[in-house]
Amino acid sequence: MSIDKDTAARVAKLARIKVEEDALPALAQEFNTILGFIEQLNEVDVDGVEPMTSVTPMRLKRREDVVTDGDQQDKVLANAPDAREGFFAVPKVVE
Amino acid sequence: MTELNTLTLADARDKLRSKDVTSVELTEACLKAAEGAGALNAFVHHTPEIALEQAKAADARIAAGDAPAMCGLPLGIKDLFCTKGVPSQAASGILEGFKPQYESTVTQNLFDAGAVMLGKLNMDEFAMGSSNETSVYGNAISPWRRGNDDAALTPGGSSGGSASAVAADLCLAATGTDTGGSIRQPAAFTGIVGIKPTYGRCSRWGIVAFASSLDQAGPMTKSVRDAAIMLEAMCGHDPKDSTSAELAVPNFEAMLTGDIKGKKIGIPKEYHMDGMPDEIEALWAEGRAMLKAAGAEIVDISLPHTKYALPTYYVIAPAEASSNLARYDGVRFGHRASLAAGDGITEMYEKTRAEGFGDEVKRRVMVGTYVLSAGFYDAYYNRARKVRALIKKDFDDAFAAGIDAILTPATPSSAFGLGEMNDEDPVKMYLNDVFTVTVNLAGLPGISVPTGVDHQGLPLGLQLIGRPWEEGDLLNTAYALESAAGFVAKPGKWW
Repeated sequence: MSIDKDTAARVAKLARIKVEEDALPALAQEFNTILGFIEQLNEVDVDGVEPMTSVTPMRLKRREDVVTDGDQQDKVLANAPDAREGFFAVPKVVE
Repeated sequence: MTELNTLTLADARDKLRSKDVTSVELTEACLKAAEGAGALNAFVHHTPEIALEQAKAADARIAAGDAPAMCGLPLGIKDLFCTKGVPSQAASGILEGFKPQYESTVTQNLFDAGAVMLGKLNMDEFAMGSSNETSVYGNAISPWRRGNDDAALTPGGSSGGSASAVAADLCLAATGTDTGGSIRQPAAFTGIVGIKPTYGRCSRWGIVAFASSLDQAGPMTKSVRDAAIMLEAMCGHDPKDSTSAELAVPNFEAMLTGDIKGKKIGIPKEYHMDGMPDEIEALWAEGRAMLKAAGAEIVDISLPHTKYALPTYYVIAPAEASSNLARYDGVRFGHRASLAAGDGITEMYEKTRAEGFGDEVKRRVMVGTYVLSAGFYDAYYNRARKVRALIKKDFDDAFAAGIDAILTPATPSSAFGLGEMNDEDPVKMYLNDVFTVTVNLAGLPGISVPTGVDHQGLPLGLQLIGRPWEEGDLLNTAYALESAAGFVAKPGKWW
């Protein structure tokens, strides 16, 4: 599996990271190095092996579906780069 | 009199209880040492006001006869831990200015036990790195040097600031976190002790997430006894972390008898790596001899899937990171890029993340995005999770055959110079974690103990791997190894 410039651009887009056009070939090359290293996993016989979901055998806990906290608007917004009138502010999303 | 900042946790605790020193005196000694160690770039946010306030409160508790385990002991806290009202950036530009409105469970546990926070410690960005060279704060520097050579060496990573600060006596101990070796590798590089407990021992709540199925917090200390004391204070069940284990925490320190007679110590043949320096082989052989002399039985074992651990890790960790780091969108906290006219929300995300993340973080987020993307999920991610199950089974089989602990080198070399790996491809740097990463994949406890120095005078460590939830037994074996090795080397002060 070899990653070309277009694939690198697509991955950057999916990851929502802007990568300049002239940086794409080097990025594709890095991906290829790392994926080449990962290719070793194809040597392993994994027939009949279940993918690990939890490293320690434990059932995720359940709790009552009730409100346990809230009323912390100030704290929630305290670190926002742009907060107005009690909301997070972002560029216009809907025309 | 011994400089107070050079004390171990155990010695400082005893002096506090016997009223030989006060926490304020200990704290002032550490603050002074930390302030004078700017050249190491270990502390990246100093919190002297908080420290002195906590120290005074600790002295009051001690005077009142209420002195819990960590009461009055000054610590450094890795920048990955969210600390209320104090910058917590995970060494990333994207969390510039972030001051959490809450306290991580681990730091809260330490504060409840009376500990004092001196400040926040340098690290690799989002804990992604093995040399502390990916930090937005710049490199942390090891207090160790190669003889008279003044070239700056790495303290290891990602908990490089923690390692540097403890080794240079800027604090009595520090918190670290370990996703693939980030406590144990820097501990080995700087001649200190670091333990990663069993997955689920320490709550992950309030620790900035890297790879959630691998991340664990642990102490970085000057001795095995200190590791036992501090680990006990850090761990415990937390309803806010759904993977936190609902198990009682034993008194780890009480388990340090040094008696390991009859314990079976496994030596995995797959850890003899091609091209490993003779010094590391010799160190490992000495470790085997020491444990044998202490009455343990040395048993050759096989962990056949060892060579697949690093490639497995470099699928699973980036996959989880790409998901965890999706939250850095420039909306709720941290950095937001300034936008051009006409830029919409997608441009805001893309520019913010391009500006805020460093190169290694971007690389891993994108690799993770790729292995999770449609068409590759089974080929990469699911296959890696299957191989992970086989890696864990290797350990399960060894323990089922009666092995109590496994002895390995902690790192494939001593500390390297900062910048020396710049021209190498990323995979070369990843090889630093070759002996430690298996332990995260299998969720096991692992501890690095300094046992020798190389021909350049730099520290080397051995790793012991224990059965799940048996940190007490593991610490006791480590204690026996530490006692036999008698490692006392310290870096000469140049900073």
